[in-house]
Amino acid sequence: MRKETLIPIGPYHPLLEEPEFFKFYVEGEKIVDAEVRIGYNHRGIEKLAESKTYDQDPFLVERICGICSTSHPFAFVRAAEDVAGIQIPERAEYIRTIIGDLERIHSHLLWVGLAGHFIGYNTVFMWAWKYREPVLDIFEAISGNRNHYGMFKVGGVRRDIKDSDIPALLKAIDEVEKFCSMLTKAVMDDPVIQARLKGIGILKKQDAIDLSVVGPVARASGVAIDVRKDHPYAAYDRIDWNIIVTESGDIFDKAAVRLLETLESVKIIRQCLKQMPKGPIDADIREVGVGEGIGQHEAPRGEVFHYIRANGTNFPERHKIRAPSFMNVPSFKKTVIGESIADAALITAAVDPCYCCTERMAVVEPGTEKVLLTGEELVKLSQQKTEGLKKR
Amino acid sequence: MNILEQIRNRFVDKIGIMEKSAKRVYIAVEKEEARELVCYLFRDLGARFSIATGVDTRPGIEILYHMAFDANDLMLTVRVLVRKPELEMPTFSDFMPAAEWIEREIHEMFGVKFIGHPNLQTLLLPDDWPEGVYPLRKGTFESEKENEEREN
Amino acid sequence: MLKKIFTWGLKKSLWVYHAGASACNNCDIEILDLLTPKFDVERFGIVLVGSPRHADVLLVTGVANRQTAPRLKNLYDQVPNPKVVIAIGSCACSAHMFRDSYNYVKPIDEIIPVDIYLPGCPPKPEAMIDAVVKLLGKIK
Repeated sequence: MRKETLIPIGPYHPLLEEPEFFKFYVEGEKIVDAEVRIGYNHRGIEKLAESKTYDQDPFLVERICGICSTSHPFAFVRAAEDVAGIQIPERAEYIRTIIGDLERIHSHLLWVGLAGHFIGYNTVFMWAWKYREPVLDIFEAISGNRNHYGMFKVGGVRRDIKDSDIPALLKAIDEVEKFCSMLTKAVMDDPVIQARLKGIGILKKQDAIDLSVVGPVARASGVAIDVRKDHPYAAYDRIDWNIIVTESGDIFDKAAVRLLETLESVKIIRQCLKQMPKGPIDADIREVGVGEGIGQHEAPRGEVFHYIRANGTNFPERHKIRAPSFMNVPSFKKTVIGESIADAALITAAVDPCYCCTERMAVVEPGTEKVLLTGEELVKLSQQKTEGLKKR
Repeated sequence: MNILEQIRNRFVDKIGIMEKSAKRVYIAVEKEEARELVCYLFRDLGARFSIATGVDTRPGIEILYHMAFDANDLMLTVRVLVRKPELEMPTFSDFMPAAEWIEREIHEMFGVKFIGHPNLQTLLLPDDWPEGVYPLRKGTFESEKENEEREN
Repeated sequence: MLKKIFTWGLKKSLWVYHAGASACNNCDIEILDLLTPKFDVERFGIVLVGSPRHADVLLVTGVANRQTAPRLKNLYDQVPNPKVVIAIGSCACSAHMFRDSYNYVKPIDEIIPVDIYLPGCPPKPEAMIDAVVKLLGKIK
């Protein structure tokens, strides 16, 4: 007889494009096996996209995920432009870059805040989210909405950044940089956070390659891939910035990669605002044509991939969407087995599957399995462990 | 030696290479050779498996394996046709663990059977989804809607 | 008399449980945003709780798909009376652009009774606070 105990988590923590239902099998405190069931957020967007025009689709794919809501339109319009084989105006490229990297800042801050909440540092949670607000204000100034910006269209962008706004935006960016660097130092120098996160949930480099993980998860394991550098697009090759790569692959490194990336993003945005040339923002494309196209974009969580097959009509014949979490989530099996149950919530969260509020990890699966711990209790366990470390 | 030459030298006339642009290359290959080719790309040439796409076409389901060569700024797509009505394809998940989830997805969306796959349970669709209904095949829902309209 | 005590208690501090029914998680983040320093609704005793059994208010976001619809009903039944349901975002109010999806079942308000509709994609946090204020005015 197997002496394992089953601990289900979810499915109700659906703050991600792929909400998950985790099952952990534990022996004592140690996790021996894990399974995941997704599909709670499946809305059939790939099929829906076939019934909408190229002009409507950016709005549809924007609503795949609220946190990285530029990533999908970005990849989609690049795929459509790849089919048509056109170049977009330079100013539009710069505006796209600015939007793409503003989003990276707000998304990474969001993750840091939630990770802080998971380990019982609610100060980090409140701080990170407080400093995320100015970024949303910048978004509101540029696009008119805090989220779901609706900036992208095939052939360019929908709204221009007024030259008269640029000084104010630069000032706002300076503020953001100040907060980000303070937060980065505060988190990375904290001995308790170091003790809590180092050496936990390690994803080895070879596993990262085998599972083809992308984004910060790959870079934290020493795989130096970044679509912005490897497959240059938009204005990323005209700007000076660095890829952040660390070697160990544990949770501390994943946090470090994300925090340091916010500072790189600040650099990118500042240069873009300064270098942006004048000119049109839209190539005014009449039709996409026939053929196939691939669009990639480095979202905060990694490479977003869109494939379009066009048949000459105004609707795509096939539209394939792959979000970064689709590649990153399977890696949890490698990272979580052998760890203690107190770290489970943190490790599954470390790949940043857009997990958000821990409250929503409570179990609502009716009566099928005996519930031993809810997500909330798991977080509590995790927080208690931090408390214990503090006392030492 | 560049990647395309290496592939050409090894597979000679078994493959058809179509260069759409310097960054986008499509390779058409028969089902029997696909496994060897993808394995060569992933294991020997160090490609990153980006994702696979299924497309419903008249003779069968086309599967596109998108392999990214990050160091060379190249997106290489391997095109395989899985003919109807058998719709069987060997799994690649044994040498390429990254393919496990997408093969499950293609299985439930298009009904392609991946021979040798460890776990072909539903991934995205609800538990009570009717068997034999494949949402991403052409005509699955169009015909349903037409039927409803006819009845009303 | 007892009812009066219940409503008095309900008005003073609303405990909310948030159920995302296949949302894009933008509304969900804006809800969380309400708790953080800029808006900070915890000042008014509004707390996000971890279990539906502790909640007075059920916040629903997103369109109900085949997988989440039965679970949503289940969640609603677990919330003790008296209870209020707020549908947040265009998806929860009208299914938005996902109406034609094969995985979409029926509108949220046909699964559970909805008291307040709050459209927007996503609604701004200020709008959410306004909805709560209107809700407090409604409870008698």
